[in-house]
Amino acid sequence: MSVDLGLSPDQESIAELFNGFFSNEAPPAVARAAEPLGFDRELWNKVIELGAPGMGCAVENGGGGASLGDLVVVAETVGRSIAPIPLIDHLAALSVLTESDLVAGEAIAAVAVRPADANGIWSLVPAGAVADVVIGVDGDETVVVRSTPPMSGPLNHGSMPLADRSAREGTRTVLGPASLFEVVLDRWKLLTAAALVGIAEAAKELGVAYVKDREQFGVPVGSFQAVQHGLADLPVAIDGGRLLTHKAAWALDNVTDGLIDWANNEITDGPTLATMAFLFAADGAVMATDRSLHYHGGYGFAEEYDIQMYYRRARGWSLILGDSTSVGLSLADRLFGTVEG
Amino acid sequence: MDFALSSDVVEFRDEIRSIIREFVTPEIADRMHTTGVFDAPELNLELGRRGILERACPGLGKGDPIEMYVMFNELEKAGAPYDGLAVALMIAAVVNKLGTDEQKERIIPSIISGEALVCMGYSEADFGSDLASIKTRAVKDGDEWVINGSKMWTTLAQVAEWLILLTRTDLDLPKHKGLTMFMLPMNTPGITVEPVHTLGTEITNATWYDDVRVGDEAVLGDENGGWRTMTTVLAFERGVMGGTNAGVPLLRHFHEWAVANGVFNEPTTRERMARSIIDMQVATLLTMRSAWIAASGGMPGLEGSMTKVFAVEAYQRASRWTQATAGPAGLLQFHEEGAAGEGFVEYDARHSPVMSIYGGTTEINRNNIAERHLGLPKSR
Repeated sequence: MSVDLGLSPDQESIAELFNGFFSNEAPPAVARAAEPLGFDRELWNKVIELGAPGMGCAVENGGGGASLGDLVVVAETVGRSIAPIPLIDHLAALSVLTESDLVAGEAIAAVAVRPADANGIWSLVPAGAVADVVIGVDGDETVVVRSTPPMSGPLNHGSMPLADRSAREGTRTVLGPASLFEVVLDRWKLLTAAALVGIAEAAKELGVAYVKDREQFGVPVGSFQAVQHGLADLPVAIDGGRLLTHKAAWALDNVTDGLIDWANNEITDGPTLATMAFLFAADGAVMATDRSLHYHGGYGFAEEYDIQMYYRRARGWSLILGDSTSVGLSLADRLFGTVEG
Repeated sequence: MDFALSSDVVEFRDEIRSIIREFVTPEIADRMHTTGVFDAPELNLELGRRGILERACPGLGKGDPIEMYVMFNELEKAGAPYDGLAVALMIAAVVNKLGTDEQKERIIPSIISGEALVCMGYSEADFGSDLASIKTRAVKDGDEWVINGSKMWTTLAQVAEWLILLTRTDLDLPKHKGLTMFMLPMNTPGITVEPVHTLGTEITNATWYDDVRVGDEAVLGDENGGWRTMTTVLAFERGVMGGTNAGVPLLRHFHEWAVANGVFNEPTTRERMARSIIDMQVATLLTMRSAWIAASGGMPGLEGSMTKVFAVEAYQRASRWTQATAGPAGLLQFHEEGAAGEGFVEYDARHSPVMSIYGGTTEINRNNIAERHLGLPKSR
């Protein structure tokens, strides 16, 4: 063990494979065509051929045995391409689910990121509109429900396949206590963080390319210092988010009894780092899409341009977990303990 | 990726922690705030005596950038006065890289023993960010150089043994090309030091050079190669010699105060605190990345700019909200009854604005990122 902040050769190959795959099979036009539902079955069928849906599962269950660090690399490519497939949700759900049709990707799994209400309804489940299986908390139990997906849902900002799903209707299996769900939610936050880093990266690239090309007053817009300085913050937020996300993956993969010694800035507890990465990457994606859209001038809000799709997803993919204050306070509880009374 | 320190770095870190516990007493931490000198000679000597300075110095001993990062990060998190040490080690590394054998023998032992400090004469009253335009002149007179001019922000000049001095030696060459760096003892006749008191407590200086005479032995690097020497200095700094986790002790002091005063349960405070803790993690990861790049044989200049922009603004955010949250108690200074964070909240509100200026302003760093990372056209 010693500090190594580069991708492993395997991870370099994974990044190349998936970036190549998504740029060929899922350019932004594919995400655009899949709106408003935000799901492209054909694209999902193609990622099945790559073995992506089960790549995080144990080899003995027919999966790829990939580490969380590897999955983070994949998740970033999903964000970068805003591919209209629920791969993040599926990979997170499969941290505890092992059914062979899920591992193969023939059935899709979603994560109910917020507990069911008193009537057993999970509201606005990400990927809930298209998933055959939903895992989440109902009361004090972690349950898995298999039921027919509605294949439609409320129109929403991020063009995400959201839907309310029942925790009680369909084939319901109780997996264990509610605490069992934490590992699923940690993985969902981790992989969503990575996807948000990918969104920020793509937004940065779109913005930089645009300001190099677009001329006003006879010079590229990107030669103005006001524009340059706004864009200069983006690689910092992206690199910071990527490092924090990978640290969370490393901790979840390797560290037991990690530290939460914030007073000395020593934090190696995986679940804590996953929430930190989620919050930081969400802020980074929001800032990157904000600025990139703005530097596009009028074309930034023209539907014809792609940046507005990234702008909406940066908010959609992060806010679906809850308002940012609640998520921030859940981190505070981990760091400082809960407030009594 | 692997975020674990190797076992010998962990051992190294633990040794530094034990030295900090022994030598960075509340009295010593307090002394920097009363004297305005951000340096602790007894700490430097102990680190020198144990061979730690030699071990952490780039190019000497083990020269592992990860260890250098760890050492300064531990000192910074503990709130230790380490500015003197950072400058001295950086310059020792430059002497080791660019100096003659005679210079190495004469200068380096005094630094890595923890005895001698170095001050840096780069900026002038009229030239800060536009450093290559400086006017302090060095003119050859027989075997000697005669130096005349003045420098600004020569921090630690009042206590340093050594001075590293950027001069103009050729008026006919383009501005980056006609510069020469000198390294000379501060007790050389003709040097005058006048203190400049600053908002952030640390005393810096204006220094004057009147017919200061030195021989060729004082030229560090090549004649008219001063800009290269300058960039070598910055490359060794690598953004890993502290300055990126200043918010950590602030958050600790603020938290103690907030808990003791029953205001820590406010959700707004808890959320802000949590977000600042995220910032501190990210700042340390960016710093660690620079160290890792250097350890892998790379030159993390651009990454240093990125780290500095982020870390300094994170510290400024933390100092802004902690003071605002503390209200009147956040106005009270050290040793005043009821001061938030024992006065650190007020101090950091004065210290944090300094950080986005010295050692390269955030604007200069954003220019670097825009031009060299994003490939945008030069804007000035």
